[in-house]
Amino acid sequence: MAVETPMVTKFLRERPDDSWQYETARAYNNAYTRIEKAFAMGSEAIVQEVQKSGLRGKGGAGFGAGQKWSFLPKDVFPRYLCVNGDEGEPATFKDHMIVERDPHQLVEGVIITAFAIQANHAFIYLRGEFGLGAERLQAAIDDAYAHGFLGTNIGGSGFDLELILHRGAGCYIAGDETGLLSSLEGERAMPRIKPPFPAAQGLYAAPTVVNNVETISTIPHIIQHGGEWYAAMGVNKSTGTRVFSVSGHVERPGNYEVELGITFRDLIEGLAGGVRGGKEMKFFIPGGASSPWLLPEHLDSPLDMDYAGAELRTMLGSGAITVFDETTDPLLVSWRLAKFYAHESCGKCTPCREGSSWIEKVLYRMLNGQGRPEDLDLLLSFGNNIVPGLNAPFAQTTICALGPSVMSHVVSLDRWFRDEIVERLERDAARRTSLQIVSVS
Amino acid sequence: MSDPVAVNQVPMSQWPSDQKYVIPVAPGPDVATVTIDGKEVQVPRGELLIKVAQEHGTYIPRFCWHERMKPVGMCRMCLVEIEGMRGLQISCATPVTDGMVVSTQSPGVKAAQDGVLEFLLINHPLDCPVCDRGGECPLQDQTLAFGPGESRFVEEKRHFEKPIAISETVLLDRERCIQCGRCTRFAAEVAGDALISFGGRGSNTEVITAPDEPFSSYFAGNTVQICPVGALTASPYRFRARPWDLDSAETSCQQCAVGCRGALESTSNRLVRLLGVDLDPVNQGWLCDRGRYGYEWVHSESRVAGPLVKRGGVLADASWPQALDAAADALRNALDAGGPDAIGVIGGARGTNEDAYVWARFAKGVLATDNVDAQLGDGLPAEVVLGMRRAVIDDLDGAAAIVVIAPDLKDTLPVLYLRVRQAALDRGVPLVDIAPRDNGLTAAASVVVRHLPGEAGPAAAKVAAALAGRATQSPADALLAQVEGREGPVVVILGRPSVAEPVTGTVHAAAELAALASVRFLSALHRGNVHGALDLGLAPGFLPGRVTLEAGADHVVAHWGRVPASRGLDTGGILAAAAAGQIRTLVLLGADPLADFPDRPLAERALAAAEHVIVVGAFVADAGEQATVVLPVTVWGEQEGTGTNLEGRVQRLARKVTPGGTTMESWRVAGELALRFGADFDLELVAEVQDEIARVAPAFAGVDAALVRRARDGVVLPLVDHGHEIVWGPAPLGAGVSWEPIPSGTDAEPLPVDADDAPAEAADADADADADATEGEDTAAAAAVPGPPAPPVTLHEWAGSADRAPVVPVDSYALRLVAARTLYGTDRAVLESPSLAQLAPLDAVLLVNRIDRDRIGVADGDRVRVTSAKGSTEVAVHADAATPQGTAFLAANRRGPGVGDLVDPAEPVTDLRVETLR
Repeated sequence: MAVETPMVTKFLRERPDDSWQYETARAYNNAYTRIEKAFAMGSEAIVQEVQKSGLRGKGGAGFGAGQKWSFLPKDVFPRYLCVNGDEGEPATFKDHMIVERDPHQLVEGVIITAFAIQANHAFIYLRGEFGLGAERLQAAIDDAYAHGFLGTNIGGSGFDLELILHRGAGCYIAGDETGLLSSLEGERAMPRIKPPFPAAQGLYAAPTVVNNVETISTIPHIIQHGGEWYAAMGVNKSTGTRVFSVSGHVERPGNYEVELGITFRDLIEGLAGGVRGGKEMKFFIPGGASSPWLLPEHLDSPLDMDYAGAELRTMLGSGAITVFDETTDPLLVSWRLAKFYAHESCGKCTPCREGSSWIEKVLYRMLNGQGRPEDLDLLLSFGNNIVPGLNAPFAQTTICALGPSVMSHVVSLDRWFRDEIVERLERDAARRTSLQIVSVS
Repeated sequence: MSDPVAVNQVPMSQWPSDQKYVIPVAPGPDVATVTIDGKEVQVPRGELLIKVAQEHGTYIPRFCWHERMKPVGMCRMCLVEIEGMRGLQISCATPVTDGMVVSTQSPGVKAAQDGVLEFLLINHPLDCPVCDRGGECPLQDQTLAFGPGESRFVEEKRHFEKPIAISETVLLDRERCIQCGRCTRFAAEVAGDALISFGGRGSNTEVITAPDEPFSSYFAGNTVQICPVGALTASPYRFRARPWDLDSAETSCQQCAVGCRGALESTSNRLVRLLGVDLDPVNQGWLCDRGRYGYEWVHSESRVAGPLVKRGGVLADASWPQALDAAADALRNALDAGGPDAIGVIGGARGTNEDAYVWARFAKGVLATDNVDAQLGDGLPAEVVLGMRRAVIDDLDGAAAIVVIAPDLKDTLPVLYLRVRQAALDRGVPLVDIAPRDNGLTAAASVVVRHLPGEAGPAAAKVAAALAGRATQSPADALLAQVEGREGPVVVILGRPSVAEPVTGTVHAAAELAALASVRFLSALHRGNVHGALDLGLAPGFLPGRVTLEAGADHVVAHWGRVPASRGLDTGGILAAAAAGQIRTLVLLGADPLADFPDRPLAERALAAAEHVIVVGAFVADAGEQATVVLPVTVWGEQEGTGTNLEGRVQRLARKVTPGGTTMESWRVAGELALRFGADFDLELVAEVQDEIARVAPAFAGVDAALVRRARDGVVLPLVDHGHEIVWGPAPLGAGVSWEPIPSGTDAEPLPVDADDAPAEAADADADADADATEGEDTAAAAAVPGPPAPPVTLHEWAGSADRAPVVPVDSYALRLVAARTLYGTDRAVLESPSLAQLAPLDAVLLVNRIDRDRIGVADGDRVRVTSAKGSTEVAVHADAATPQGTAFLAANRRGPGVGDLVDPAEPVTDLRVETLR
C-alpha cells in the first residue's frame, strides 16, 4: 500500500491552523535555519549540491534545477530570480496550498536560491486569484525583512536580497517562463522567442532563473539533508518527491506528496481512494490539462517523468491528475479543455491563436449533434500544423508549449476513443440527413 | 555576383528590443557560408536568415517581419527547415551562422506555410472585392503563392464592429486584422508613440487604443502602409481608387527638408496617395503624416488658375503676356526709382532647384539685386548653413555622439527624428539633447542639457568640453564615459530652436562645437527645398553653388554677365525696408510671410507699404490683399525637376499630374521676365537648366541632367566628396513582390543606353539583374564613371567664429519665451489639405510649467494677458510638463495674435509678464 512521503507539505499538515505564522514556522519547522548552512557552503557548493540531488523543475517541464542555474553566464550581473507561482494549469492546486500554508518555507528557498545564483533581486509572480496566499506570503516576506532574513547584509553575510511579491492579473500564459518575464516587465504576458533563453537574457535582459514554487520550496530540505539524501528518493532520473493534485471522480481528492516511482494506481486507488461511488474509471489526465490522457490499463505505470514521456507519450507535467469515471463523455471533456485553451491562447502565434478557437468550434459542433464523420480527422489534420507529428515529445510551430497543449486532448480522443467518436459522428450525420438538416454552421 | 559582403553593419539580430534583448549569435567567421535551397551564398554572420535569403533571391513569405523593425516571430509564416535543428525554425529570428543549410521548400515547410495561411484565413473576412487592400494585399498574394486552395473552416467567423476610427485619419477593421503586430510595434519601436497595443486574447485579440486616447501619432499613416491586410485604412485614401487603377511615380516629399522618398500615385489626373519608398540613406520607407497626406493641397480649390493683374484696386484675370508685362513694369519702376536695392525677392524654398537657380539668375544676374532670401527669418545665417562641415543622415548610425541643437525634430523634421531615435536606441549612439525644454527626442537622449532660452552657447560649450574629454561639473559630464572609445564623427544637428531670440546664441553654440575636428553638421532648416534654394543662390551674399558674392563673382559673371555689387538684405531686412518705403517691389516666390514670418505685424506693414507685390505662387492669399500681379505656377507633383534635402542630397522630383488652368513652371516665369529685360537665358527644358547648374554653380560641378537621372538615391553635394556613394539606376522590382518594401525606383525610367551618356555596364546590369533583384549597387558601373569634377571655385567654408549672445539676468517674475513651429499649424500646405487641416490647432496657447500656471493662478484654458518689451496680447494658457519653470512656449505657426506681437528681433531674449484677466 502506497504511503505519502511528506517533505514540502509536511509542516503545513502538522500545524493546519497556524503553519503560515512566522513564530510557528520558526519554532516547529526550522524556518530560516538552513540559511546559515547555505551561506557557509557558498554559492557554487549549493549549485553542486542541488545538481547532485537531481532536483527537477516541478512546474511542468521537469528541467534540472541545478543545471538551469549553472547556465547563467559567468560574471554577468545583475541577475534575477523569479519564482513562478502563476499556477494556472487546470486542476493543479499544489502551489496554491504551499503558498497559503507554508510561505516561510518558500521565502527561505528563495533566499538560498538567490544566494546560490548570486541574485540580489528576487520576484515571486503569484497567480492573481490567490488572494489569501498573497496576503500570507506578503506577511511572511514582511516578517523575513523584520527579522533580517531579507534586506541588506542578511545574517551578517554581506549578502543583500530584495524580494518582491507580484500578483498576476489572470492570465494562463503568464505561467510560461518568458510570458511571466514579459508580464513582470509590465508588458502583455506573451512568450518571447528563444533564444535568448532567460538564463542568458531574462528579466530586463539580465541573466534570470525562473523556478516553480514547489521547486524552490524543496531547496531548504536539500540544504538541510544533502543532495544525496534527496537523490536517494524517487526512481531513475526522477528523484525525490512531488506533490500531486488528484481531482475528478475520486473518493478523496487532494494534494498528495509522494516519492516518485510509485504507480498511478498507488496514488489514485491507494491514496485518493479510487473512483468514487464504486464506478469504473474511463480515463485520466496524468499531468495537467496539457498532457495527453491515459486509460485504466496504464495505472500500473510508475510516476517517472522520463517513462511518461518515452513510453506513455504523455507527461507528468504540473502533477495534476484528474480522474474520469465511466459516465464521462470524453468529447465533453475535450471541448471544455479546448474552450479553456481558446480563451487562454495569448494571441501571439497564428497556429495557436486561430487553431485553438477552431478546435473549440469544431468540438462544440461535434458535441451538439452537428458533427461530420470526417471532423475528427479534420481536427488532427489542421492540428498537425500546430503540433507537427501530433505526438510527445511535442514539436511545435508556436513559440511556447501552449501550442501543443491545445491538441493533446484531441490526440487523446483519437488515440483512445476514436471508434466511439466516429460512430457517434456518423450517427449524428445520419440523423441530420433524415431530418434534412443541411446547415452545419 | 561577387560583391564584397558588408560585415560592418550591425545585423538586425543585434538590434536590442524594448528591454534590450538581442538574439545570440554563435561564434564563427564574420562572413558565413550558408546554403539556401542548395544555393551557397556568403553572408554576414548574425544577419537574419529571412533577410539574407531575400537578398540572395529566395523570398520567404512573412507577415509580421518587416525589414525595418525587430523580429517578433508571431505570424509563423516564415518557418524553414535548418539541418541539425529540431523542428521548423522561424527565419525572421534566426541569425545565420557558418555552415547553415536551409530548406525553404521542403514538404514540412510547405505544409507549415499552408497551415499558417489556412489559420490566418479562418477568421479573415473574404471581402476582398470591397477592401482597399485588394489587389495589393500581402495576404492575398501570399495565399495565392503559398496557401491552400480552399478553407476547411465551416464555422462562423469572428465578428467585430467595422471599421472603428483609432485616430483622425486611421480606421481599423478588426475583422480583417491578422494580429501581426506590425502597427503596434511600429508605434512603440519606430515612432516612440506607443498608443496602440493588443487587447483581448486568443482569436479575440484586437488592436486597441487606450480609452479616450486616439492613435494621434505624427507617423500613424505608416501603419496603414505596412499593414499586410486591409485592417488599417487611411481616411484620405479610403475608397478613392483601386490599386490597379493607380499610376505611380517615384519622387521626394517636399513638406520638409528631409526629402523622404515616396511613390506618388494618381488616378484620373488626381493625386490620391503617397507611399513611403525605402531609400536606405534617407527615410528607410517611413513618412510622416504631414508628408503622406500633404499632397492634398495640390488640388486645393483656392489655387490660382490663371494670371491676375490688379486694375483699379481689383485683381482681374489677365493673359500671361499681360501679367508678365505688368510684373516686368513693376520691377522696372522699382529699378528706375531706387536701383536694384529697391527690389526684394522672398521665398523659393517650396520650388525645385531649377526654379531656384533661374530665379537667382534673374534676380542677381539681370536685376542685380541681392535682396534675395529663401528663408523667412526663422532659420540660420546662410554663411553658417552653406559653409559648415556637413554630415549625411547615415552618419548618425555610426556616430561617436549626436548633439541636437534644434527645434523639436519630431515637429519640424519628423523622419529625421525617427533616424536619430533609431541611432540612439538601436545603435546605442550617445544622444545629447541641448534645448530649453523637453522635446520628442528627450526620452531617447542619454544626456539632457537644459538651458535658459538664449543660452545655448554656454550649454554647447560644456558639451564640447565633454566631447573633448574635459569635465565641467555639469550634466554634460555624463558624456565623458559614453563617448569613450567610440569612433566616428560627432554629428551636430543644427537648427533654430526658437524664434523668440536672435540667432546669435545658436550660432555661438554651433561655433563652440565646430571647434572640435570630429564635428559634422546636419542642417535642421525645415522648409522643403530650402537647402536647394540656398545652394542655388537665393540668399543674400551668395551666388549659386555655395560661393559668396566675392569669391564667385568672376566665375559667375562669365556665365551671367553681371552679379550684384554688394551684399543685400535677408527677409527681415527686406520686410523692414519695404515697410520703410525703401523697397518698392516685392516678389514672393511661393512664400507666405503672413503665416511664415515670425513677425506678422512687420510682414503686414511691408506688404501694405510696397508699391507692387508680385506673387509667383499658387495662392493669392500669400500676399494677403496686397498682390498687384499674380503669376500662378505649377507645384510639387505637377512639375519635374530636382530638390535638395538637408544633407545636400539632390533628388529627382516627379511630375505626376497635369496642372489645371494655365499655370507655368516658376523657372519659366523667371525666364520670361528676363526676356522683358533683354536677357535671353535660352533654357527650354528642365535638363538644360540642370546642365547649366552643373556648369555655373560650383557645388553642383558634375551634377548634370544625365547624372541626376541615373543616380537612384540622388547624389549628395559636392560630388567630389560623395560621388563614390552613388547607386546607379532604378532598382528592378524585387522577386515578384511589389508590396513591400517598395523598392526605390518605381518610376522605372529606363536607363539611357547610348554609350556616351551612360556606362554600358549599367544597362547590362539592368538586363541581368533579375538573378539578383534587390542588389542595387553595381560596382562595375560605378567604377566606370570618370572621377567627379572638382568645383571651379573654392566653396564657402564657415570658420566657426561667432559673437556671444549676451546673458540676460533672470527676472523671477517673468517667463522667458521659446517660440517654434509645430508640425501642424497655419502653414498653407496644411490648411489647404483637408486631412491635415483637421489636425491643426489654430489658436496660440501659452504652455507653461504647472507650477508657473498655479502661481499665475489660472486654470488650463483660461486666457491671460501676456506682455513683452515689444507688446502685449491675450492668449490661453495651459500647463505643460515639457516646459521647465520660468520658461514658456508659444507655437509660432498659429493664427491671430501671438509670437509676432511679442518678439522683438532686436532683443536678446523675450521675457513675458503674464497677468490674469478679470
